[in-house]
Amino acid sequence: MHLLYPLIVSAGLFSIGLYGLLARRNLVLVLMSVELMLGAVSLNLVAFDVWLTDALRSGQVLTLMVIALTAAEVGLGLAIVLQLFRQRATSSIDDLDTLTEPR
Amino acid sequence: MDPYRAAAAGTRPERRGWLSVDANLAATDRTVHAADAPSYVDVTGSEIVFVLIGVITLGAALLCVTSRNVVRAALWLVVALGGLAGLYLVLTAELVAIVQILIYVGAVVVLLLFGLMVTKAPIGHQPDLNTANRPVAIVVGVAAFGLLVAALIDAFRFAYLDLDVFGQGSPETIGRALFGSWVLPFEVLSVLLLAALIGAIALTRRDVGADGRR
Repeated sequence: MHLLYPLIVSAGLFSIGLYGLLARRNLVLVLMSVELMLGAVSLNLVAFDVWLTDALRSGQVLTLMVIALTAAEVGLGLAIVLQLFRQRATSSIDDLDTLTEPR
Repeated sequence: MDPYRAAAAGTRPERRGWLSVDANLAATDRTVHAADAPSYVDVTGSEIVFVLIGVITLGAALLCVTSRNVVRAALWLVVALGGLAGLYLVLTAELVAIVQILIYVGAVVVLLLFGLMVTKAPIGHQPDLNTANRPVAIVVGVAAFGLLVAALIDAFRFAYLDLDVFGQGSPETIGRALFGSWVLPFEVLSVLLLAALIGAIALTRRDVGADGRR
């Protein structure tokens, strides 16, 4: 298989995640877009690992670690979202503008 | 020769540290020339399967970021991540595919659905799930895709994957690598997971205030 097939699918997945990250209003949906981007990175890692036939299997091992890290990231991210929701009663990023410069 | 296959064949594998550079010398030697790559016209079966699953994955991802219903978006994410597991299978990374389904589809998406329920996200059709940034986001996404694809085509036009190597993603191979060469990062990762677990509990407990009082 040409390496370009996985790379282009991965680039598409990453761009879609980037779009979702910038366009979505709900914090949980933003987290989902981050998942898509991490999936794109993992696909790249696996494709390059298979291409290079690395003896240490670094690409696939790193993919497993990225998956575990994602689980930790989602757990913590949702805890923060939950805490924000309790204090502000919203999970819309448009309403979380305490740090914006006054106009 | 792959040290793990050498071990299976009964010969003693070369010792390699997890940071040693020479382990990758054979890999970095791999040349990217026009002569040794098959043409794109000879499409192989695995390429057809990969493109089909890839189209499903990308379509589900696109629906996930454009859906106007938050629960449907989460369910499209299941399809996209499941498709990604299928892509790993085509790339012969069996263990990664299984772990992907177990952790992403089994745990992460359920956690995200919990998050949607707990924050009382309105279930059902919603007109205002996107911010006013949407046109900018479309431009950024399309520009990122165009740039990435142009750079990738320029760099890896002639690179070719050999999918006929036996067992390069099997649980045995990855397990030996993970608990042999990569055991230190693995242990560090388990400490990190524990820290994340404690952090998540500490963040969401109601009876401990921000200043630590009960």
